[in-house]
Amino acid sequence: MTAGAALASRIDAAWAVLAGVPDPEVPAVSLCDLGIVRDVRHAEGGGLHVVLTPTYSGCPATEVIAASVADALLAAGLGPVRVEHRLAPAWTTDWISADGRRKLREYGIAPPSGLAAAGGSGAADGAAVAIRIRPRAVECPRCGSLQTERLSAFGSTACKALHRCLDCLEPFEHFKPI
Amino acid sequence: MTSASGSIHLEVTPPLQYRLRIADTCLIHAQRLAEWCGHGPVLEEDIALTNMALDLIGQARALLTQAGSLAGQPGGEKLSEDELAFLRDERQFFNLTLVELPLRKASAHAPGGDFADTVLRNFLLAGWLKALWSRLLSSNDEELAAIAGKALKEARYHQRHAADWVMRLGDGTGESASRLRAALERAWPYTAEMFQRDEVDAHAEAAGLGPARDALRAEWQIEVAAVFAEARLDLPADTPFISTGTRGVHSEHMGFILAEMQVLQRSYPGGAW
Repeated sequence: MTAGAALASRIDAAWAVLAGVPDPEVPAVSLCDLGIVRDVRHAEGGGLHVVLTPTYSGCPATEVIAASVADALLAAGLGPVRVEHRLAPAWTTDWISADGRRKLREYGIAPPSGLAAAGGSGAADGAAVAIRIRPRAVECPRCGSLQTERLSAFGSTACKALHRCLDCLEPFEHFKPI
Repeated sequence: MTSASGSIHLEVTPPLQYRLRIADTCLIHAQRLAEWCGHGPVLEEDIALTNMALDLIGQARALLTQAGSLAGQPGGEKLSEDELAFLRDERQFFNLTLVELPLRKASAHAPGGDFADTVLRNFLLAGWLKALWSRLLSSNDEELAAIAGKALKEARYHQRHAADWVMRLGDGTGESASRLRAALERAWPYTAEMFQRDEVDAHAEAAGLGPARDALRAEWQIEVAAVFAEARLDLPADTPFISTGTRGVHSEHMGFILAEMQVLQRSYPGGAW
């Protein structure tokens, strides 16, 4: 194996490790499923440089996520690890993978629509855009009904809201599209 | 520079003051919202108010971290977000006066505890912050633009939630409508400061750092008027009063909120958990 190929395989190995690191607050999905891991590359002087993006400005899990990334890579013998937080471009739920959306649904969390970015930046359009108060109908992750209502705009974590299905009557969480 | 009292004292330049105005507005507003923790009128709202506070603290942290790394501090040392939040004295905070006024707890010269005040303040501020963040996306300071890109999404969600409540109270019962109107009369005089252009704004505008406050008015007013129409609220007349928190001259309430917010770090310097 050439040196270049060995380095590339280290990056591949790192991605494979990170694909198994769960989100601390939504453990059904991995950090890679959520699109939080933006880049993995070789750090100058050896080791890996991992770029993460936070989901919300005040997400209390940000530090735990960085620590779990470093721990997992160190345990796999891929250290030393340097973690960088990058704000731009801002994280969007559009980055959640198809596999991640499936896992969320199976876990009982309604995934976000994949159109958060297309939802418009509002302010840039000026007066033409009204403030959209009510969310679009969210599909119940248990029975698939669209007859659902929002109970609470904010939920157990910054990224979720609480809804209820009017057909199967079960409450469920919705991953807010942003 | 740390004085004998443990306070830090900044040499305030226009670009530093511009950033601190935004950071402190987010921070002090969050501190007021956090007073609702465990006291919300319904559980969902308790969670909503503290979730919004968390977003605002996250935004303030990013801005304070950046402000602390700006050159021009005495001795050239960098300051941490915690030093800026907990060791500055009142005159070096530059938040809008509106956010420091009592919210849940009454004070000697201000009522408190009416949920209508909280709903309305959230709505007026979220729209203002949204207009500000959307313009900061094109700041020539890449880091500030990146913070704005994240915060804009959050402000938009906060505004929707608050607008929903303004409509529900304004177009609700006679009691809810009269209390919202009373809250509006209390808050409105403090909105003039949100659009008061001064030399710090002019500097930021000329430098490409960000918008002057007067540039935010048209967009804010259109959205406020649209929601007020749904809520059957009339826009109050403007008054000649202009508050001065963004210049570091605060209301009598500021010292108390800082005392509560800063007491731990002042008593146990450098304490961490």
